[in-house]
Amino acid sequence: MSTLESIPRELVLEGERVMRLCNACRYCEGFCAVFPAMERRINFTEKDLNYLANLCHNCTECYYACQFAPPQVFELNFPKTLAEIRLETYRKYAWPGAFAALFRRNGLATGVVSVAGLFVILAIMLAGRTPRALLAAHSDAEGAFYAVMSHQAMVATFATVALLICGVFAIGFARFWRDTGVSNAQPLVASDLLQAISDTLGLKHLDGTDNGCAYPDELPSNTRRVFHHLTFYGFGLCLAATAVGTVFHYGLGWEGPPPIPDFARGGAGVVRSLPLLLGSLGGIGLLLGPAGLLWLKSRRNSLLVDPRQNGMDAGFLVSLMLTSLSGFLLTVFRETPALSALVVVHLGVVLGLFVTMPYGKFVHGIYRFGALLRNAKEQRTMQKLGAE
Amino acid sequence: MDLTRTYDVLIVGGGNAALCAAITARRAGASVLLLEGAPKDFRGGNSRHTRNLRCMHDHPADVLTDSYSESEYWEDLLKVTGGETNEQLARMTIRHSAHCREWMVRHGVRFQPSLGGTLHLSRTNAFFLGGGKFLVNAYYRTAEKLGVDIEYNSEVVELKIKDNTFTSAVFARKGFTHEVHAKTLIAAAGGFQSNIAWLKEAWGEAANNFIIRGTPYDKGNILRFLMDQGVKSVGDPTQCHAVAIDARAPNFDGGIVTRVDCVSLGIVVNRHALRFYDEGEDFWPKRYAIWGRLVAGQPDQIGYSIIDAKAMGTFMPPVFPPIEATSLKELAAKLNLDPDTLSQTVAKFNAAIKPGNFNHNVLDDCSTAGLTPPKSHWARPLDTPPFYAYPLRPGITFTYLGVKVNERAQIIMQDDKPSHNMFAAGEIMAGNILGKGYLAGFGMTIGTIFGRIAGEEAVKHVNA
Ligand SMILES: Cc1cc2nc3c(=O)[nH]c(=O)nc-3n(C[C@H](O)[C@H](O)[C@H](O)COP(=O)(O)OP(=O)(O)OC[C@H]3O[C@@H](n4cnc5c(N)ncnc54)[C@H](O)[C@@H]3O)c2cc1C
Ligand code: SF4
Ligand code: SF4
Repeated sequence: MSTLESIPRELVLEGERVMRLCNACRYCEGFCAVFPAMERRINFTEKDLNYLANLCHNCTECYYACQFAPPQVFELNFPKTLAEIRLETYRKYAWPGAFAALFRRNGLATGVVSVAGLFVILAIMLAGRTPRALLAAHSDAEGAFYAVMSHQAMVATFATVALLICGVFAIGFARFWRDTGVSNAQPLVASDLLQAISDTLGLKHLDGTDNGCAYPDELPSNTRRVFHHLTFYGFGLCLAATAVGTVFHYGLGWEGPPPIPDFARGGAGVVRSLPLLLGSLGGIGLLLGPAGLLWLKSRRNSLLVDPRQNGMDAGFLVSLMLTSLSGFLLTVFRETPALSALVVVHLGVVLGLFVTMPYGKFVHGIYRFGALLRNAKEQRTMQKLGAE
Repeated sequence: MDLTRTYDVLIVGGGNAALCAAITARRAGASVLLLEGAPKDFRGGNSRHTRNLRCMHDHPADVLTDSYSESEYWEDLLKVTGGETNEQLARMTIRHSAHCREWMVRHGVRFQPSLGGTLHLSRTNAFFLGGGKFLVNAYYRTAEKLGVDIEYNSEVVELKIKDNTFTSAVFARKGFTHEVHAKTLIAAAGGFQSNIAWLKEAWGEAANNFIIRGTPYDKGNILRFLMDQGVKSVGDPTQCHAVAIDARAPNFDGGIVTRVDCVSLGIVVNRHALRFYDEGEDFWPKRYAIWGRLVAGQPDQIGYSIIDAKAMGTFMPPVFPPIEATSLKELAAKLNLDPDTLSQTVAKFNAAIKPGNFNHNVLDDCSTAGLTPPKSHWARPLDTPPFYAYPLRPGITFTYLGVKVNERAQIIMQDDKPSHNMFAAGEIMAGNILGKGYLAGFGMTIGTIFGRIAGEEAVKHVNA
């Protein structure tokens, strides 16, 4: 792992300083998993910091509760220091390393890549269809959007991209896991995985006290958790819609766009519409969730914000919303001459989203999961240090 | 804030006691003004540095394990104060402590199980989730919502008292002074521990080397005004709760993190590189509060706690990294101690250790023979490099001198009669119950109970 470039030295020193402060205090122990994990250590190397920073959900509860927060002399801003370290870990573990710089200008990058995505999609479409066919309206009976871009071309493009980014994520995850794995050599067991999955799916540590976390300001609130769930499960439902549609297409031979559900016919009238239903529900989540998260971000206490991450955060949320919005427009107007334009926009945005995912905010989920997994293992195998 | 009106209740101070009084009085329908001398960022006095309060309970109750009876609580108090307490007030406080958690939770406080490294307190002390600042924040939010008028940066600089009756107070803000009238006064302005000049009256120049662990805003001027105007005082004016803390701590407000918990695992020397007290006399939680005074008695008020590699990682990690060296000579050089004396001190200590079974969880049989001062327990030779040192200074937590009160929190005057409209709560009257020594978590218990009583009684007076 010697090839990975360390995070900046000053940040490591500051990280070590804040950890020493908190470890000597421990008042925030009950808020989240970071403090108990910290208490399993006495010294804090870069590896420990990289792990602990990704275990933090940035609920900011521990900032408002801290008697050493600025302007007190120690100027302890635990959430912000961890956020700064997190950004550096995204860069550190990114593969290929040359793209890591994208984390610095991610908002811009997302925009540029999405526009490029549009052209790529347009090119693929023009390669397969005449311009005249692209400008015409097509009814669902004619296969609607497959009339402007073949199913094969679509699958080939997105399957390639999906495989590539899964590979990139896997490399990032492996790098994180190996780099932070000095604390103990015990093997993982199934229960660790189950716990990490349940912590992830429930956003366990975002509940702070029993009535929510201190986000976007000091008042305890559950809104961030709700909006994050909408985003996360919205994204999941959209992926599920795609997966189900693919199974219908290749497994059952149900080609073409899914029909509008006919609830009067009961189950039979709905089954074939499943991809549409899942996609619509997911799409609603992907409009409301990111919109809510952006709104919360705009109201955050500026003392807690690492401004270098604004572009990355907003870039990701906006592309999620655009994906959903263009998807809805496409569904509604697919039988009009606007079809081609909408296909270009929707698929372009999706392509842009996918391609930038490994170099943007999305990766927080990969490393957060890794940190939760390590935490589950440590809870089982390691002791808190510093008895009386 | 409306300075043309006469408030029902004026509260001076902005820590736990003041807030408990403000919430109680406001809930009972009174108009309340709370004047906090500190700016908003530093509101909450020493209360923002706390972590728990001590509660009586007959059964395991939420975060508290087992039981802690009134009689055991009282016995503990009797032991630490050596009888310098008021049994009636003490027992009343102890009994109330059984029920106050519910009130606290209703007003926004949350509890958590005892912290890593504090298992010995899991039975007696309920820990605040997020610590004292979370508690203070929650109380301020509640008080604001209820309609308490709160003013920060507003130090009371004069109390007007006539015929044992409070009439008005003058406070300073942004360079101007204002007078505010109220029917009752609740003094909840803490001790005088951050007033170095006052500490010097008892300690002389040594006080220049004292570090104040908490807020710089508890200067005790309210206590002085009251004493100067015929109020009776209690508690030893020369004593303060002093623990040995890291000498590198800031002069004020370093809080809990600056403590050093390895004294009983090694030796402590003064600037002449000589030991001066039995480091293993008793369990550390029972002894940490005498080491402030011990270090204060040494030349230049400084000491050095020295351990070797065997002890590292077996005590609460201090905030500042240890001073580290591979030999005692090198360590002495880094500490500016005489290398030969330090080597001799350690050699004498190592040679005096009798064989035994080291166990830090019991009063073990590892002690010294024929050494002055002895080390009675946990004596292990300092022989495994690297060696580590933490410099120590006296860290002042609070002072004992306070105003005398009765069970209604009324302030008692020189003629032993209670004032009708002056009340006190918190550190400013804790000396009634805790005239000496300390029980972990008792300061917040006293402040919570007397804050609520003062709030209630003030409103009763207003309505009478
Ligand atoms: C580091 C540390 C840790 C501690 N931990 C614990 C613990 O875990 N449990 C426990 O029970 N106790 C603990 N204590 C003791 C505890 O802090 C006190 O007993 C308790 O906070 C006293 O509360 P109070 O409201 O009386 O005073 P404070 O909280 O000190 O409040 C006094 C207030 O008065 C204000 N004030 C002073 N003068 C004026 C003036 N002239 N005008 C206006 N305002 C004024 C101050 O700004 C301050 O807000 C600890 C103390 C320290 C220093
Ligand atoms: S954030 Fe502050 S209060 Fe919380 S554990 Fe760290 S030092 Fe203590
Ligand atoms: S910000 Fe929240 S999640 Fe992060 S360390 Fe603080 S309390 Fe834990």
